[in-house]
Amino acid sequence: MTNLHSTQRVALVTGAGRGLGKAMALKLAGDGFAVAVHYGRSSQEAEALASQIRVSGGVAQTFMADLSLPANAGKLVEDVAAQMGGLHVLVNNAGITRDGLAIRMKDEDWDAVIQTNLSSAFAACRAAIKIMMRARAGRIINVSSVVGLMGNPGQANYVASKAGLIGLTKALAKEYGGRNITVNALAPGFIASDMTNALSETQKAGYVAAIPLGRLGQPEDVAALVGFLASDAAGYITGQVIGVDGGLYPH
Amino acid sequence: MDTYEQVKNVIVDKLGVEADKVTPEARFVEDLGADSLETVELIMGLEDQFGVTISDEAAENIRTVQAAVDYIGSQQ
Repeated sequence: MTNLHSTQRVALVTGAGRGLGKAMALKLAGDGFAVAVHYGRSSQEAEALASQIRVSGGVAQTFMADLSLPANAGKLVEDVAAQMGGLHVLVNNAGITRDGLAIRMKDEDWDAVIQTNLSSAFAACRAAIKIMMRARAGRIINVSSVVGLMGNPGQANYVASKAGLIGLTKALAKEYGGRNITVNALAPGFIASDMTNALSETQKAGYVAAIPLGRLGQPEDVAALVGFLASDAAGYITGQVIGVDGGLYPH
Repeated sequence: MDTYEQVKNVIVDKLGVEADKVTPEARFVEDLGADSLETVELIMGLEDQFGVTISDEAAENIRTVQAAVDYIGSQQ
């Protein structure tokens, strides 16, 4: 262990193997955080990302956890803190979709999305807050979605989970503000990623037409906000839901 | 330092109260003004100080300074 390792602030990004999470992990590493790269299945991507961070002179370690079970999220947080020397920033980014019309949605598709996106985020927050309370400082960033604000057909489960994250964020911000723990949510719009790549060109064109800035966002657009919210400069911001959506849904 | 003094120091630190208010009979909530979150922090502080784990059920019953001292004593 280097000396750097023990004094560096630690940031955990869930679902960091790909897409938005990967961009967030790179941003936080570039900003000087030791980054815990969580993955569920993307083992190769996560290891490649950790190597990339190390090659650039940063500190990164990978952690596998199946977040379809919330108990694993709590354990993940505890493992990261134990192995990396604390936890200063938690980014609940991991999420899944199981889209379908509500009237045809199976219970297991509802449950899987709520468990992974919302219940595991709560379990991670709970474990992280215990650590952050002792340190009298902490930052939690929950990755919601613009659809959690505006709704979206075919995504009752996903939208409910993302709206749930917003409520969770506001409640925790009030509960732990007095302990110098800030809790904020991001509401990314349509960002170029595997999730939006699944859309048809016609669907994409339809979305772009509704975005004032006239393009899909890039993962780096979202990562920049994560970097800011994790920084000292954002110390007076808590309980907020911040859109990164090209103007799609001003609120 | 004996257990009582150590417990007292944790209480003074976590609840931000004057040391002379911390008597054996003092109740955390009613007498020392702890809110629910401060009560949890106090339990966490005792866990850290004494290297013990206090279950939620046990914590429910630790409502006074003496109860905390007795509980710590029973775990050592």
